[in-house]
Amino acid sequence: MITKKDVEYVANLARLELSEEEKEKFTKQLGAILEYMDKLKKLNTENIKPTAHALELKNVWREDEVKPYPHKNDILENAPEKEADFFKVKKVIE
Amino acid sequence: MELYKETAVSFLKKIKNREISAVKLTEYFLDRIKKIDKTLGSFVSVFESDALSSAEKIDSEINSGRELGELAGIPVAIKDNICIRKKPTTCASRILENYVSTYDATVIEKLKKADAIIIGKTNMDEFAMGSSTENSAFKITRNPWNIEYIPGGSSGGSAACVSAGLVPLSIGSDTGGSIRQPASCCGVIGFKPTYGRVSRFGLVAFASSLDQIGPFSKNVEDCALLLKIISGYDSYDSTSVNCPVPDYPSEIKKDIKGIRIGLPEEYFISGIDPEVEKAVLDAVDVFKNQGAEIKKISLPHTEYAVSVYYIIASSEASANLARYDGVKYGYRYNAEHLIDMYKLTRGNGFGPEVKRRIMLGTYSLSSGYYEAYYGKAQKVRTLIKNDFESAFNEVDVILTPTAPTPAFKIGEKIDDPLQMYLSDIFTIPCNLAGLPGISIPCGFSKNGLPIGLQILGKYFDESTILKLAYNYEKSTEWHKKYPEIANL
Repeated sequence: MITKKDVEYVANLARLELSEEEKEKFTKQLGAILEYMDKLKKLNTENIKPTAHALELKNVWREDEVKPYPHKNDILENAPEKEADFFKVKKVIE
Repeated sequence: MELYKETAVSFLKKIKNREISAVKLTEYFLDRIKKIDKTLGSFVSVFESDALSSAEKIDSEINSGRELGELAGIPVAIKDNICIRKKPTTCASRILENYVSTYDATVIEKLKKADAIIIGKTNMDEFAMGSSTENSAFKITRNPWNIEYIPGGSSGGSAACVSAGLVPLSIGSDTGGSIRQPASCCGVIGFKPTYGRVSRFGLVAFASSLDQIGPFSKNVEDCALLLKIISGYDSYDSTSVNCPVPDYPSEIKKDIKGIRIGLPEEYFISGIDPEVEKAVLDAVDVFKNQGAEIKKISLPHTEYAVSVYYIIASSEASANLARYDGVKYGYRYNAEHLIDMYKLTRGNGFGPEVKRRIMLGTYSLSSGYYEAYYGKAQKVRTLIKNDFESAFNEVDVILTPTAPTPAFKIGEKIDDPLQMYLSDIFTIPCNLAGLPGISIPCGFSKNGLPIGLQILGKYFDESTILKLAYNYEKSTEWHKKYPEIANL
């Protein structure tokens, strides 16, 4: 069973600010969803290899080459706040 | 016959023979969007002037005798999670409301190279999370067959606009059924290619091991053409696969004698709508009459697929959506401390379903629960994949309903996420295994809502699926029907 405390703990890990109402709602809804998912527990998966990817891909290597990107300003245009050629945020290191 | 009922393939001929200009055709569909989409809500943006100037360019090139691309002058709508340079890509989310893409997705580059007219972007569930398009932060999209009903999701806008004849072709994305389920709800064709067949470069990531881009159309020939154009290896997507792309439009015309069709017993269970079951079994008879061989098969781990999917997809989403932190683009909530900026930006910028999935994914990946949820789900994913691999030793394709019921009412499941998740029960296993699958119209319920037939095929065997769909279409009339709203 998932508790409101679990929801608060996970919301902090996920960097999500939730309202009291959302916390209550998610506690109930995630509880029901996880309870449904518990049916996986009855399956024996000993000696089964996990699948991370549908096709068995090996690492794909390439040379690390520098390619020019001509639209730097377009990227900066999307910044919520910027200064010169930089994205601006609140102080990170106290 | 009204113009909108013609196929893209027939428009191509007419444009080439100068029976109609690309500008006239584009104006015609823009006009239809203006008239009909205020009721339907399938578009989030329409590129009127850009579309018309692309069309003008094509017309002048026709006049100067240049060899034209394979989709010259055909309007195509794009789901709003695929990047088009200098156009907004919102993913139907507040957090990306003001985001403007800085490059073209590979599928867009291919469409532009084929001289297609990109006419606008379509509504969707926020970040492609949902089965009804009700999770869009901007608007509701309605089912053209009955506007009280959902169009399916997450590519609900792309399905609805093709269904109502607002555009001949559109592009969507499918992570757990997001192309096939809305295609089923709206009575159109929707194809999810094999994972790796179409480049995902420029598709906003939801669940990277499952996402795949694919086409919507009103008929199989158009679907085959659009699929051919968007397919192929791309060095910008290391998960795309370097294998030859067949000429689908000519592949589909071969007959289906001797093809082995599997009917999985786990997909014909109690709980499935009897009208849906009957429509699908009637379709089986059509194939039988065409010389296909029908076999009962079993996919024993089907009942676990929804659980596996919602753990894996949510886990991948929780990682992929970590990038929306208010720093480099999108919405920012200004707060005094950086950590509060992150939390408030994400808390205010994401809608309820996206938050729910981030929570579920973060929980599944968190220390102490990782093995029980994410680790377990990955192992059961192997079992589901193995089910298909052994089934495909016996049969060439698998036939199922696309969804257990026709479209449901707007608002009916929005407060019960688990019930909403269960509407993807028949489309999810295909994504977990990475297989290709199509939904084609195969009937209507008594109250006039479309029913979809799903055909799943072997890895990279899109041709056989399309061939079956084409043969079915030739013997049936479902694809010729249009909702009343299309006649407005």
